Amino acid sequence: MNAIDWQPTATIETLRQRARCLAEIRRFFAERGVLEVETPILGHGGSTDLHLDSLSLTATTPAGRERLWLQTSPEFHMKRLLAAGSGPIFQLACSFRDGEVGRRHNLEFTMLEWYRPGFSLANLIDETEALIRLLLPDVGSRRLRRYRELFRDHLKIDPFTVSLDDLRHLASTHGSLDMAHSSRDDCLDLLMSLVIEPTLGFECIDVVIDYPASQAALARRRCDPEDGGAEVAARFEVYVQGLELANGYDELTDANEQAARFAADNIEREKNGKSPVDIDARLVAALHAGMPAGSGVALGVDRLIQLALGKQCVAEVMAFATPVS
Amino acid sequence: MANYSTNEFKAGLKVMLDGDPCNIVENEFVKPGKGQAFNRVKLRNLNTGRVWERTFKSGESLEGADVLDLEMEYLYTDGDMWYFMRTDGSFEQYPVAKKALGDTEKWLKEQVAYTVTLWNDNVISVTPPNFIELEVTETDPGLKGDTAQGGSKPATLSSGAVVKVPLFINQGEVLKVDTRSGEYVSRA
Repeated sequence: MNAIDWQPTATIETLRQRARCLAEIRRFFAERGVLEVETPILGHGGSTDLHLDSLSLTATTPAGRERLWLQTSPEFHMKRLLAAGSGPIFQLACSFRDGEVGRRHNLEFTMLEWYRPGFSLANLIDETEALIRLLLPDVGSRRLRRYRELFRDHLKIDPFTVSLDDLRHLASTHGSLDMAHSSRDDCLDLLMSLVIEPTLGFECIDVVIDYPASQAALARRRCDPEDGGAEVAARFEVYVQGLELANGYDELTDANEQAARFAADNIEREKNGKSPVDIDARLVAALHAGMPAGSGVALGVDRLIQLALGKQCVAEVMAFATPVS
Repeated sequence: MANYSTNEFKAGLKVMLDGDPCNIVENEFVKPGKGQAFNRVKLRNLNTGRVWERTFKSGESLEGADVLDLEMEYLYTDGDMWYFMRTDGSFEQYPVAKKALGDTEKWLKEQVAYTVTLWNDNVISVTPPNFIELEVTETDPGLKGDTAQGGSKPATLSSGAVVKVPLFINQGEVLKVDTRSGEYVSRA
């Protein structure tokens, strides 16, 4: 008797359906003149984001022994293609995030990422919705929800002006854990995941916009439409059936601003006891050379297929999901 | 005892929480795209049976609980304690207090194997097998020919449990019962 579980986590029939979904996605972009590209999984920089853990390895290359980073998304390479004049591009990219394993997460997963030079965020929201409808034809109408509004409706607070003490107290209560020393964003994230997210995307597609400026990552910041002084991040997230499906940005094109954010991220990482990540100097150089303004979005294809096929977790639509034990 | 970090959490893991041994029932990894990761965990307190829902920041850890599940046969009771014996050939006997026995008291039958949970070598709970065969000691007389109709009546079993049974069941019959739901399954 062999006790080692070698079987796939998806049935062969599910893998056939998955292949059909991927073929439809490729047709969608072909019809819209968006070029499919393949970029390296290994990059010279990793994601500096405080809450993303990149995996790295050492490889022998003509440059010697080099530390290379498994990409958490194909973003950096794709932006270099944009700067080189590629025009609109998309990719189905194997991406890696250390420590992320669960019903909705897998250590390695497939990211559908695409970039639209010249597109406003609103244009890209329309296109993202169209793509989701292709695989989920029965999903209800689209609702645009402002981040601030969601917190007002669900938690009776203004996430931008509430005091840090009140916010920590609220997060501790909802999560039954101690958030007394947590940052503003960590408290907001906890409340978003535990209280708001589970209610989003039922009988509709919920598109959340106008995130706090501190959560901009690689998005531009702009003035809050409601409050001329405050800034919000020009990004959106799409939710269906309580699942976060896509994360879109009005892409930051300012090289200096980008380099400053990378450096600030690394300082934040060290403050939190995490090791710094190599900054992708080639991306910064590409931005210096000039990347056309536009919008881009990353969509978790495994989750989308999970919903399309009515499955309970991403493992059921992946040939071999990361074993849980 | 070892410490377990959130990424080692899984159903069935025994950990200490607020001084009580707990069994992890469900563990969900929660992470907004670029936000901090959390684990939403349901734990059953093995002392009280209550289920707690807690959130942990990913990377936090809990001390493992020295909890052991052993298979033991039920022997007898002296009215004060209930005695169980290990089935591994050691014949080691453990007295179990009423508090630890809990609801399982009504599913006791000699020579049946139960899962006995020890914490620091003390019995904290006893779990009956999912299905058990027990004799009906008391019920209203069976209705002849009524084998297909719905309708049920209470029946007291040799262990003391009262279950709902179909009308055709008679006193003295042996029944298969699901101990988790307390429902009649079939004649044995």
